[in-house]
Amino acid sequence: MNSDKVLKSVLFTASLLILLISGGMVYSLFRGSMLSFHHFGWNFLISSHWDPTQGKEQYGALPFIAGTIFTSVLALIMAIPMAFSTSLFVAEYFHKTRLASVVNTLVDLLAGIPSIIYGLWGFYILRPFIVEIGLNPQGYGIFTSSLILAIMIIPYATSLSNTTIMMVPNELKEAAYSLGATRLEVIWNVILPNARSGIMASYILAFGRALGETMAVTMLIGNANIIPTSLFSTGNTMASVIANQFGEAGGLQLSALIEIGLLLFLITTIVNAIGKFIIKKIV
Amino acid sequence: MKKIGLLLSILIATSAFCENKIALSGAGATFPQPFYNMAFQDYAKLKGVQVSYGGIGSGGGIQSLRDKVVDFGASDAYLSNEELANMPASVVHIPTCSGAVVIAFNLKGISQIKLNPSTLTKLFLGQITNWNNAELKKLNPTINFPNLEITVVHRSDGSGTTNMFTDYLCKVSPEWKTKLGSGKSVNWPTGIGAKGNPGVAGTIAQTKGSIGYIGSEYAFAEKISSALLQNNAGKYIKASITSVSAAAKGAIPADTRVMITNSSAVDAYPISGFTWMLLYKEQNYNNRSYNQALATTQLLYWMVSPTAQSLAGKVNYAPLPASAVAKAKAILRTVTYNGKKILK
Repeated sequence: MNSDKVLKSVLFTASLLILLISGGMVYSLFRGSMLSFHHFGWNFLISSHWDPTQGKEQYGALPFIAGTIFTSVLALIMAIPMAFSTSLFVAEYFHKTRLASVVNTLVDLLAGIPSIIYGLWGFYILRPFIVEIGLNPQGYGIFTSSLILAIMIIPYATSLSNTTIMMVPNELKEAAYSLGATRLEVIWNVILPNARSGIMASYILAFGRALGETMAVTMLIGNANIIPTSLFSTGNTMASVIANQFGEAGGLQLSALIEIGLLLFLITTIVNAIGKFIIKKIV
Repeated sequence: MKKIGLLLSILIATSAFCENKIALSGAGATFPQPFYNMAFQDYAKLKGVQVSYGGIGSGGGIQSLRDKVVDFGASDAYLSNEELANMPASVVHIPTCSGAVVIAFNLKGISQIKLNPSTLTKLFLGQITNWNNAELKKLNPTINFPNLEITVVHRSDGSGTTNMFTDYLCKVSPEWKTKLGSGKSVNWPTGIGAKGNPGVAGTIAQTKGSIGYIGSEYAFAEKISSALLQNNAGKYIKASITSVSAAAKGAIPADTRVMITNSSAVDAYPISGFTWMLLYKEQNYNNRSYNQALATTQLLYWMVSPTAQSLAGKVNYAPLPASAVAKAKAILRTVTYNGKKILK
């Protein structure tokens, strides 16, 4: 056997293994959630009643779906202005300067900080600060969690946007400048139309990342199993309810948690697929 | 051929050697884990029997015992009749120590408050929402409560601590019983959730005007000050190892399956409870050897002995009163191997 064939079979096995693992995950999530699905059916998605008390167990995932969507959308709204300005700063205004590379490295560093550190920082610094400035008497809830999520997803939103902004052909920009366009006009009329789908895709991937974030959110959201009613209301997310209750859960509760896991898996897959689709369209 | 023969004989020799040495394993509740770890270390030194314990939660412990992958399980809540019926064979409960739930709070400059069952229930139902409430003032005439919103902190994970606390509230408040009931986790009407005792304690410490419940083993170890609770006899009791032990002095059924919350003993701290080890009454299952069965029962017998019980106090658990020890020993004497009693 020549080395090419060996390499080919090694690569084939490796990729097949990944396929098998993700297939197995989906399968076990499906199997685990059957019990809950038989009990509650589609009602699981629209019921807001989550009662794990023995003897009157009743599970509905709506509070967690709502909490997840609320925090992630809010986080994205807060992250976009910061991420967009950073991208422009790094990839256009101060492109190839030392300052830009420092900022870029720092943003990348944000991605490497473990989630629990964000959680602790949020718990001990950010939350007391929110109480201090009088936004909320105890500081837990949707707003605080979204703020910490926004900081966490900035690196994901910037890195891909940076690349696409840098990929805008110089000739186009030079042509615009030679026609007397100002910098703002170049950004608005040349860079944005060219890099639009890349930037969009990066925000969608960042959104997908916010959906699944667990530890930092658990520490700040208040873990109340209710549909959040305001910015400062407490709530719970899908990932955080799983992290909280999985340990001591059994029977129907365990199955309901697995079904939430399956839902989260599906939502994240769809969001990522949309992101991938948009990226593909630009190439 | 010779080589293979030699290898085989070595293998057989080593496996025979391994079988001589008995190792026990258990799994279950996290609440008594520090006590068990310490006791098992001492037991290994004393008797040369290695005991490993996995703190995977009461539910996991019961599951492991049902699957017969451990020698004993451990749980903070006794098995209900239904759960007992679901086990493949008869299971007995051995209480090993008791613990309690304390009420911690965060009020600047105030280190001790008194609470009675009705105010406690109203606080956790979200019916008393400010510290300057008249009922709180009436119970604590000397304390100048601030005008501050109350933040209730409860467990977000399933826990024996929650089970004990809600069991107590069900006993003292019919309203709680109909609205919420009791269990390892309930549908809290108010407040914020935090994971584990450290999570709740940390959240209380960081949140002004908060109140919550914490397992005594953690609160005692961290020296967290707690509220005095009015017990069944009308006395205001501070949570301590003595007052928790006192709660176990009341009447206990022969199988020890009882929640001793709201105990009628005069000096009892009202939110106290046992934690149990569980084992099969008939020890010959899954081809277990007689020695394995003997070692298991001996270990549990030792756990209720004065030596082990004195260790409990050192790690902030309340030792069993003599009456409970006698009951535990009587149960262990009924454990059999092939129908013959193991302990004489």
